[in-house]
Amino acid sequence: MNSRDLILGRIHAALGEPARPDEQPLPRAYATAHAPDDPAALLDLLHRNLADYRARVHRCTTTELPQRIAELLTARGTRTVAVPPGLPPGWLDAATAELLPDDGTLTAARLDRVDSVVTGCTLAIAETGTIVLDAGPGQGRRLLTLVPDHHVCVVRAPEQVVASVPLALPRLDPARPQTWISGPSATSDIELDRVEGVHGPRTLDVVLVTPA
Amino acid sequence: MTDTFLGMPAFPQAAAEAVRDGQLRANLRHATHTIRDKRARAVAELSDWAELRAAGKAIKDHTLRHLDRYLVQLEESVTAAGGTVHWAADAEEANRIVAGLVRATGETEVVKVKSMATQEIGLNEALAAEGITAYETDLAELIVQLGDDRPSHILVPAIHRNRAEIREIFAERMAAWGRPAPEGLTDTPAELAEAARLHLREKFLRAQVAISGANFMVAETGTLVVVESEGNGWMCLTLPRALISVVGIEKVVPTWRDLEVFLQLLPRSSTAERMNPYTSLWTGTTEGDGPSEFHLVLLDNGRTAALADQVGRQALRCIRCSACLNVCPVYERAGGHAYGSVYPGPIGAILTPQLRGTASPVDASLPYASSLCGACYEVCPVAIDIPEVLVHLRERVAEQGGHPAERAAIAAAGYVLDHPALLTAAERLAGRTRALHPRRLPGPGRAWTDTRDLPEVPAEPFRDWWRKNRP
Repeated sequence: MNSRDLILGRIHAALGEPARPDEQPLPRAYATAHAPDDPAALLDLLHRNLADYRARVHRCTTTELPQRIAELLTARGTRTVAVPPGLPPGWLDAATAELLPDDGTLTAARLDRVDSVVTGCTLAIAETGTIVLDAGPGQGRRLLTLVPDHHVCVVRAPEQVVASVPLALPRLDPARPQTWISGPSATSDIELDRVEGVHGPRTLDVVLVTPA
Repeated sequence: MTDTFLGMPAFPQAAAEAVRDGQLRANLRHATHTIRDKRARAVAELSDWAELRAAGKAIKDHTLRHLDRYLVQLEESVTAAGGTVHWAADAEEANRIVAGLVRATGETEVVKVKSMATQEIGLNEALAAEGITAYETDLAELIVQLGDDRPSHILVPAIHRNRAEIREIFAERMAAWGRPAPEGLTDTPAELAEAARLHLREKFLRAQVAISGANFMVAETGTLVVVESEGNGWMCLTLPRALISVVGIEKVVPTWRDLEVFLQLLPRSSTAERMNPYTSLWTGTTEGDGPSEFHLVLLDNGRTAALADQVGRQALRCIRCSACLNVCPVYERAGGHAYGSVYPGPIGAILTPQLRGTASPVDASLPYASSLCGACYEVCPVAIDIPEVLVHLRERVAEQGGHPAERAAIAAAGYVLDHPALLTAAERLAGRTRALHPRRLPGPGRAWTDTRDLPEVPAEPFRDWWRKNRP
């Protein structure tokens, strides 16, 4: 007997035949969200929760965005920026650093020497202070946001901001690889003292953009 | 379950040694108290915690009742998404499958995300026997691996080490495994984390094969989920060309929607955060992004034996958050190593004897490694009634006859009875503290004392009374 049949057989034996008890509907009395459905309040909550986990949070309008991104890169001393395909044209117009568009050939070793990466996101979750990337347009392959030490992520408010995890999941496509990011890389493995930056980007700049 | 800690003494002896280690107790006390207070605050933020907990429990119970159906569905979804599913009945088979998959890539090095399942089966040792080196990449696992040590906590495997000890391990051992620790390394956590970053980055950048576990697997979509903080998981799951995930069969959940429950319960229960820094979700393989080869090894290794026990089965609901460890008075004093298993603390005390059976002295002693205070049940995000399972397993051990706890109790009684002065002292102490004795038993014994009083301790020992009153 192969192990698949062996394990499934053990499960049948453990659970007993014949039919198992009729199912009650699963209790889902928990809240869909814990925050009010108010775009301005949600944006404030997202801002607070991102900052609480030591992301650096900035706010601006769509017209100010290119200038704001350029300032963040300059302040960091960035010389090279990885750019995912599909990043909205214009976001990097004011940047003076060298742009490295990813055509699928940027290797991890090359990205290890890149200073920053600029991306958008799929959505952001206010209650948990989380940005979600699904490798869609403007976000790029997962290693693009992983290897460089500095990540600038743009969140378009209000349309990309949801209140909660239960409201986020139906908007995400399980077929796409996803990375949920809540603050920069951190560890608490040494005496439970939180230290930012082990393997992922040590600096996370999140720019919350609202219409002009 | 492979006995990773072969030759371990039973819990009472191991615990007795551990409580004499003042450094260990200080490290543990600091860590567990810090995290339990933070967890309480994180949980208090959600007004619907009780409802989330009830949903988590119900989803897991439902899944277990239909485990065969969901595993077959999972297999179909993963396969349709470009992955390959393997079934492993026990540790030996899982190790053989993984070693074979690694050999087929032509590589002799793998990077690993911290995984309880691979610790349980002793995968690193099995790979080493095949000439394959496995590098642990979680900071705490790295500390354990470099220190030639054993993990002592589910979430923070090096919780028993303080910063000075970690600095020493890095300074002495890193060079033997790769990039040496920087000169003049101090014991500040930031510098230690930086040393680990540099040491591991060279491994991430050259690794072609990674091995992970998973926190959840979604039957409906074939999605696997890994929850972590440092980015080492993200590195392992996306940089190498081949990814092998070894996951216990109980980690499956039916639907994508079910993640809304567990991604709320797990981070707040384990690290006391609203959300852990990184969560990776992947479904099979994706063209041009991440590994081009993905293997899922579904591991039984005693889980179906636990499933067959209607009371003990609830241990399979465990999502490995480790909240029960941090509130346990026994764990806090004895430390994780005393449990003789990769699953320490209250959950280990009920999971290990079910996975491994209760034949060995250490496994038979585990159901007794508890005061039955019930704190573990209170904090469990999927409401595992650990005290209930402990009592149930004690019955099972007692039926075996002559079990170690019984023998220990008899030996202790024998010693006291052989030393009349001790007996007298014990009786007098009992008499003097009688006002403090409870009328009702705590924990699951409560029901018994609902309708009965515990026998009262006499005001003075019979022998004292005899001495005073005999003619």
